[in-house]
Amino acid sequence: MKYVDAFRDPAASRAVVSELASLAGKLRESGIRPAIMEVCGTHTMAIARNGIRDVLPPEVSLISGPGCPVCVTEPGYIDAAILAATRATVFTFGDMLNVPGSEDSLATARAAGADVHPCYSPSAALDFARANPARETVFLAIGFETTIAPVAALAAAAENGLPNFSMLTALKLVPPALAALVSDPAVHIDAFLCPAHVSAIIGSDAYAPFAGPGGRPCVIAGFEPLDILYGIRCILAQLADGQAFVENEYARVVKPEGNVKAQNLISRYMEPYDAAWRGIGVIPASGLRLRKQYGAMDAESRFGIRVEPGTPPTGCRCGDVLKGILNPPGCPLFDGRCTPENPVGPCMVSSEGACAAWHSYRRIAPAGKDA
Amino acid sequence: MALVQAHCARREGRLKEHGQILLAHGGGGRMSRSLIEAEIAPRFGKGPLKGFPDAASLPDPDGPLVFTTDSFVVQPLEFPGGDIGKLAVHGTVNDICVCGGKPLWLSVGLILEEGLNISLLRRILDSLAAAADECGVTVVTGDTKVVARGQCDGLYINTSGIGRALPGFSLGPEMIRPGDAVLASGPLGDHGMAVLCAREAVLSGTGPMSDTGPVHRLVAAAADMAGAVRFMRDPTRGGVAAVVNEAVHGTPCGVALDEQNIPVSPATRSAAELLGLDILHVASEGRILLFCAPEACDPILTAWKAIPEGRNACRMGTVTADAGSVLLNTLAGGRRLVDMPQGELLPRIC
Ligand code: SF4
Repeated sequence: MKYVDAFRDPAASRAVVSELASLAGKLRESGIRPAIMEVCGTHTMAIARNGIRDVLPPEVSLISGPGCPVCVTEPGYIDAAILAATRATVFTFGDMLNVPGSEDSLATARAAGADVHPCYSPSAALDFARANPARETVFLAIGFETTIAPVAALAAAAENGLPNFSMLTALKLVPPALAALVSDPAVHIDAFLCPAHVSAIIGSDAYAPFAGPGGRPCVIAGFEPLDILYGIRCILAQLADGQAFVENEYARVVKPEGNVKAQNLISRYMEPYDAAWRGIGVIPASGLRLRKQYGAMDAESRFGIRVEPGTPPTGCRCGDVLKGILNPPGCPLFDGRCTPENPVGPCMVSSEGACAAWHSYRRIAPAGKDA
Repeated sequence: MALVQAHCARREGRLKEHGQILLAHGGGGRMSRSLIEAEIAPRFGKGPLKGFPDAASLPDPDGPLVFTTDSFVVQPLEFPGGDIGKLAVHGTVNDICVCGGKPLWLSVGLILEEGLNISLLRRILDSLAAAADECGVTVVTGDTKVVARGQCDGLYINTSGIGRALPGFSLGPEMIRPGDAVLASGPLGDHGMAVLCAREAVLSGTGPMSDTGPVHRLVAAAADMAGAVRFMRDPTRGGVAAVVNEAVHGTPCGVALDEQNIPVSPATRSAAELLGLDILHVASEGRILLFCAPEACDPILTAWKAIPEGRNACRMGTVTADAGSVLLNTLAGGRRLVDMPQGELLPRIC
């Protein structure tokens, strides 16, 4: 328990913050104004919640990446989930409830009678299916590598003897998304702040293709304020030295090879496919779906539903926000038409969404300075 | 742009058309407030209900009476640190206390689901009775109904309470002044996190314990400084964020909270990290947030620390002249807004 507190120590923060200032000073001399992408939605939220931007040197900018699973899920997936909820009891992570589909959200569908249950842990769906053998039960399996591991475990548990359980999957992989970003000429990123939990599964070696000569510093950091500050310090130090390597600030959890057991479990049940990302488009081999032989557990084939791309809300700039081209306040709908109570796009709904983070934890400008 | 407007109009239109209540309307945040402002206030919002205090003040020749009611639908019915019976007493008693009242009488309405286990019901009623004794309130009337299986979730309880206003307190958000201190009587968010962990079977055994408990002794301990106390609330649904935002809403004041001084128990902090929740949005059921004149801060803290339920009390913020803005000075040295929670954070925690 002390553990968490050690990463929240204000004196230690101040020390790192003053290091950041002197590193930024060095970079200024060489004309570098670093743009750092925090890949993961949990980092986005932690940065906003802890007021990290306030303590950064002015020339360092943090931009949010595509690592919010709800945000990158296509509106057509919500439509398919609502359809599934007319035939089965549907379990979902709470974040999905208010995401607008093409027409409705799961929350409005539930209020109209659809059988939708928010849960924090996928095993709730499994428990329900066991307790109610006569009821079709569908788990909305969305997420990145961190969620994919428990989803594969779910498949393993359900494989034998739970004929009423299935999953509607929209599972996505982080490295292919990074590859797509670095090859997009519209995107300018000097370094990646890499996710903690995802990296625990895939391992720090997974970032090697993005580092090295001509590449970018990739620093894996935890989610405590001090973890994040220290991660940024490592990035600035690499940039100041003209280096670009994979650095693991979260070595207390992340190993170079990752969690091999989880990787094996995942590849036993899942296969890669070209997944569509909301606002970004189709990225080759960037998603995982159940292998053909587990079709009975796949809600799409089980109920004859197909996840279509759906109709994204007009005017929503989530795609540009997810690519780090635009900060949320740059969207013309931000805080006007689009608020968490009346969200237009998913980035305003999810607790890991960049627009929601900017809205809920708005920075307060010290007198006379712009936020 | 026109299309987006059409989309939004369609979304709003659908809600109105079907007259649907969403679970988010019960979360204690912005959606709850808009429901109350749209549907309750125009019909009932005059007289003692004006301004929606936690309990109403009613005129009486022997001094004002304080009257309140609350319903309890928590799942699971028993959770680490408490159960729905205890909670039903504390919820209502505490609403009377934070309005400067001494709770005296309680009504208890039970709605039982067909099939409810009788020994579970006994445990809950025993716990309710013990909680009432501890708070010095008498259950003077009640009602029991049984509904068919599936029409309620085990057991719902409604309690109403009557108390007498303690002399010396003159409370209300309009009394708050810049420079006032904001105190917390103990660690925050334990109840919400305990219920959530119990429901989701996270951290079982080592997780947070609910703080459900009465605050009457805390209010009595602050009564010596009654004249300097401006406003009190128990941070239940919506947590500290909702209470503090509501307190300064529409006043010329704001609040600056210091993250460093916000009391949070280690188990609750770990659970909140794990589930990605903001502690400031999570409910407590046995704590007070108290606004007082700066000179009353130390005496009240001293009085609180002398009793068990106040031993971790601390000052966690200051009232500013920055109208309506609630800020947090973060541990990392930054500042950010403390927003109202939006909607369905933790369904059915009370
Ligand atoms: S503010 Fe709303 S509409 Fe704009 S990008 Fe964010 S979610 Fe989309």
